[in-house]
Parts: sequence; C-alpha cells; structure tokens
Amino acid sequence: MGLATRTTFRDALAAALADEMDADPSVFVFGLDVSDHKRIFGSTAGLVERFGDRRCFITPLSEESMTGVAIGAAVSGLRPVHVHIRADFMLLAMNQIGNMLSSLRYMSGGQLRLPLVIRAVIGRGWGQSAQHSKSLHGLFSHFPGLKVVLPTTPQDAYSLLRAAIRDDNPVIFLEHRWLYDVEGEVDRSRRLPLGEATVRRFGKDLTVIATSWMTVEAMKAAEVMAKRGVELEVVDVRSVVPLDEATLVDSVKRTRRCIVADYDWTFCGFAAEAAALISHRCFEILERAVERLGFAQVPCPTTRPLENLFYPNAVSILRTAEHMLKLEPADLSGESFYSHEQRFKGPF
Amino acid sequence: MLQKASPPTLREAPAAREASVKHAEALALYRKLLLVRRAEEKIREEYPTNDMKTPVHLGIGGEAIAVGVCHAAPPGARAFGTYRNHAWYLAMTGETDRFFGELYGKAIGAAKGKAGSMHLAAPQHGLIATSAVVATTIPLAVGAALAHQYRDEPTLVVSFFGDGAVEEGAFWESLNFACLKRLRILFVCEDNDLAIHIPTSQRQGFRSIPDVVRGFRCHVMSGAGYDLRTVMTSAHTLLERMETDPRPGFLHLTYFRFLEHVGPLEDFHAGYRQKPSPDELARLDPVRRFEQALREDGVTDHELEALRLSVDEQLTRSVRAAQQAPFASPAELSTDVWA
Repeated sequence: MGLATRTTFRDALAAALADEMDADPSVFVFGLDVSDHKRIFGSTAGLVERFGDRRCFITPLSEESMTGVAIGAAVSGLRPVHVHIRADFMLLAMNQIGNMLSSLRYMSGGQLRLPLVIRAVIGRGWGQSAQHSKSLHGLFSHFPGLKVVLPTTPQDAYSLLRAAIRDDNPVIFLEHRWLYDVEGEVDRSRRLPLGEATVRRFGKDLTVIATSWMTVEAMKAAEVMAKRGVELEVVDVRSVVPLDEATLVDSVKRTRRCIVADYDWTFCGFAAEAAALISHRCFEILERAVERLGFAQVPCPTTRPLENLFYPNAVSILRTAEHMLKLEPADLSGESFYSHEQRFKGPF
Repeated sequence: MLQKASPPTLREAPAAREASVKHAEALALYRKLLLVRRAEEKIREEYPTNDMKTPVHLGIGGEAIAVGVCHAAPPGARAFGTYRNHAWYLAMTGETDRFFGELYGKAIGAAKGKAGSMHLAAPQHGLIATSAVVATTIPLAVGAALAHQYRDEPTLVVSFFGDGAVEEGAFWESLNFACLKRLRILFVCEDNDLAIHIPTSQRQGFRSIPDVVRGFRCHVMSGAGYDLRTVMTSAHTLLERMETDPRPGFLHLTYFRFLEHVGPLEDFHAGYRQKPSPDELARLDPVRRFEQALREDGVTDHELEALRLSVDEQLTRSVRAAQQAPFASPAELSTDVWA
C-alpha cells in the first residue's frame, strides 16, 4: 500500500490521467475544452503543460466524428480518452457509440480491439435543465460491448479511471459534477478492477443499491435512519457494465428488502434492471417488492423548486424505507439535508 | 504504354526488361480486376439458392476504383470502407476462401459469419473496417491517420465512401478535422450518382462535390472511376502532391452502378434511371475497358483467357468449400464481445 493523501475528486481524475499518460505513451486526452483555461472543471489540469498538445488537445465541435476518430485511433493501437463536459452531448455521438463502438469487435470476429475511454460529466443544479443534466448510463448499458462506470469517491475516480484506460474494451466513464468537490483519501498505488460494486455502509434492515450521486444521498438517509435504530446497507454499484450481481444479491439476501436508487429515469433504466435481478434472485426471501427511485419521468426542469421534485434524494429514500419497514414517518424537522447549491453557485 | 514482352533472354536490354515488368504488372492488375468482377458474378449465380443469407451490395461497374487505388497506395496502407466492400476486400487480400465463407455465414469466414457481406474486413491485410451505416467509417479512417501522425509513421490511410456519404455531417466533420491536422489520408469518393435510387440532383444543394471540397485545405482531383489507368494515374498524382505538400487528398471518381442498390439483379425496369445503350455500357465497363487497353498494348487473347480460367478455378473452389463448411458453433454467439 502506498501513502494516501487527501484529494478532491477532480484532482484524482487529473492525477489518474497524468499517471496513465506517464506510464503509456499511447494514452492521449482530447475533446472540447480539455486544454482551455478551465480544463473540464480542473479534471484535465496540468496535462497539456506536461505532455504537450499532441497528447492533450482540443477539437472542433464534432462529437460524432471525434468519437469515430477515437475509435480509429484505438483500432490503430492508441488509447484515447475522449472528454465531454456534459453527458448530454454524447447523444450527438450515438451513431458512433451504438453502431460502431459497441459492435466493431464482434463484427470483426474478434480481430479488432477498442481500448478507449469516453469521459463525461453529469450536470446538476443552477438551472442545468433538460440538456445539461442527463447521465444516460442506462442507455449506454443497453448496448452489448460497452463498459459503463460511475465513480463516487476520489479513490474510485482515480483507480477506476486508470483501470478504464488500461482496459482493452470501450469504457464510458460518467462523473457527477457535484462529486468534483468531494474530498477523500486517495492511494495512488491502489488498483481496482472494473465490475466490482462495494458496500459503503453495512446494515441489516434494508439494502439501498445506489449509483453515482445517489450513493451520497443514500449514505445521508442511512445516517438519519440509524438515529432510530434502523440500519440501511448502502451498495455503490460503481460499474453498471460489468455488473457485480453477486455483491448486490448477497446484500439483499442479508437484508431481505431493497430500494434501487438510480441517478437516471427509472422507466426502462438501470433501476428496472436491478429490480428485476433482485426480484429474480431473491424472490423467496424478499419481505417486500423491490422499490425504485429515480428521476421523475419528465425532462429535467430548470427552476429550483421543480428541479427539487425531479430528483430523488435522501428524504425520498428514507420515506420509502419507512414505508417498506412499516414505520411511522420520522419527524425530519431537525435534520439538515445536503443541499449542494449551498456550495455550488454555478453558472456551470 | 504496356508492351507485349518478348520471351526473356540473357541478353535482354534494360528497356525490354522494364516492359516485361510492366507487362507482368498489367496482367496482375487484370487478374485482380477480374477476380472482383467474377466473384460478384459468382454471387449473382449462387444468390438465388438462398444459401448466402446476407444483403449483397454489388459493385459491378466500380471495380477499377478499388483495384486502382489499392495498387497505387504504398505498401502498408490501411483502408476503411462501406457496405459495398467486396472489391476492396478482394483487391487487398486476393483470397476468396474466407470471403465466400463469410458470405455463406460459415465458421471459415473472415469473421466467422458475424460480419456477412456488409461488414467484411481483413485487418491483417489493411482493410480495417467497413460499415453498413453511411459515412460511419470516415471518422475512423481519420482517427487511424491521427494515430499514424501521433507515432510519426508515414502510413497512408485511405477512406472509401460514396456520394451519399457527402450528405452526412460526419463527412464534413471528418474532412474538417483531417485538414486542420494535415493528416496523411486519402479520401476516395466513389460517385455513382445514386443514393439507393435517388440521383445526386435530388439530394445535393451544391454544384459539385469536388468544388465544395476545394474550399478545404486539401488536394483535390476528379476523374473517371471506370477507367483503371485513369484511377491509378490520378491516385499517383494526388499521392505525389500529398508528399510534397502534406495535406489530405480528395479523389472524386465517377462510375456507373450496373446493378440494383442491394441484390444480384439489374433494375432498369424500375424506371428511376435509363438503361444505357450497349455501346455506352461497354464504355462504362471497367473490365472491358482494361481488356481493350491490354489488347492494344499487345496482350494476347490467350493470356487473358488463361487468367480467366485461373480466376474461375479459384472461385469455384472457394464457393464449394464455403458451401460445404460448417457454421460457427453455438458457443460463438457469445465470443468476441469483449477483448
């Protein structure tokens, strides 16, 4: 084990990129804004100075073709990291992602390798609205051939990004904007494989399977519930593809109750997938039907009061847990819930 | 230009030796051209049995483009193309066992039956990928050219596509980026004036493809894609310009699509285009044109016939082998998704 240092999520991302670029000359980072003065909220800071503009460069506004360029470079032996400042912009590249990236290896009978990473930031708050707030991991996970990773902690941001770059398959790496300021211990010698979920908090009464920012909300819900002696177990999925089914199923087998708290729409999304998995594998021991929490089935609204209704949060998790455990709703008036907008002042 | 070689002797003069090389080269080119044509004619013969369960987009009329450009390209060049890909595959590999194996969906196929006709590729021979969604491989070719520039390699990348691809945003995005980065890439637009059944006049709001592309910082040439020697001369000239002034090249080559968009038949009866006169068809036929040129240069009918026999033997053998070969095992369903 190496020395752990206190690092923000954004710095952990930049460190992972720098360490991989340092270790392997075939790794390069490109995309809109990667080398401008803002550096994708600091997550590509220092790269152009250290590695030059051949290995860290901006592109024209051509999301589809730049994705194709990444694929062409990958099949030619490089390891591109293509960056989008919002996941929503990846919809411009869906032709390349859905028709080429996911299928080329299969269509070549295994002759082509596609070692590339697409990083994208999930926006939220300060009026990000319908076109700057999607996470889309359910959509990407629908296509066989793509790995889909959502780190929550700085350590995971660091270790999983390095693993994604080392992987010989396409990896879509989705980073929630609010996690960028989160600080945590990061041990740069720590390797993590893709495809392992982790139990963030153990509890015997109910499992919350969470993705991305919903892990933060689930941890807060667990903290509040613990005050009345109810123990939530929080499982951070970390990687939707490959999915660590065993960790999810094992947890629910212990708690016999499950909420899937996904950072996406629930309809046809990962929450539906996870609910089906748990219902199927834990059918005999489930006390209650699996509950799903996710975005309201509407486009994300701009104004804060409506946006608050759009997103699931710690309160919706604990109210659902109370309902499943047949508990009276707790008085939450004394609780202080995380409001990121106290720290996140925008504009972007 | 091409001379009929006299039998080589020990006292052969240098000029005669050169002519002999040209003669051999011309015959090799003819064999390649014929291999493409006869392979597709073989498909037309066999397709009605319904054993070749893959949509075939035949390129009869356009063979000289693949054969000529691949011949002009330096060794080690890498190519990306479209679903009308048989000519590139055959020109770059010369082999027909895995080719027909793939069309019949058999385990011996180039991709074990997972590609079929529309996604044929031979990465080990330089044909990296082809695709059935218009314009999708153009940015891949640009990405490959970027990789070679990144590693300071002189490798040429060729991106083949049709006139319809020019209407896709990905084409302009890719051309823009390639010109911006001055990549070593040759764009080859195979213009048959048709996107499925719709002529260019009903699809394009600009006067001509080469004229629009000339607005970009690249070298542009245009020519008759049905004439093998024109294709080779144009490609050579363009590659020389790309050498002296490193920028992408854009080669616009016209040709006549003899058959329907997809499938083994003619479709002149459908009424969306006129059937040319027999003379006009002969003028637009790259194989007949090249045969004529070879005869004018002194190649004998006997030599041409010998090549035809050799090509047909190869094709008959490959088709039979493909028909008899087993399909992929059920386990193959789940392989090749992940590296």
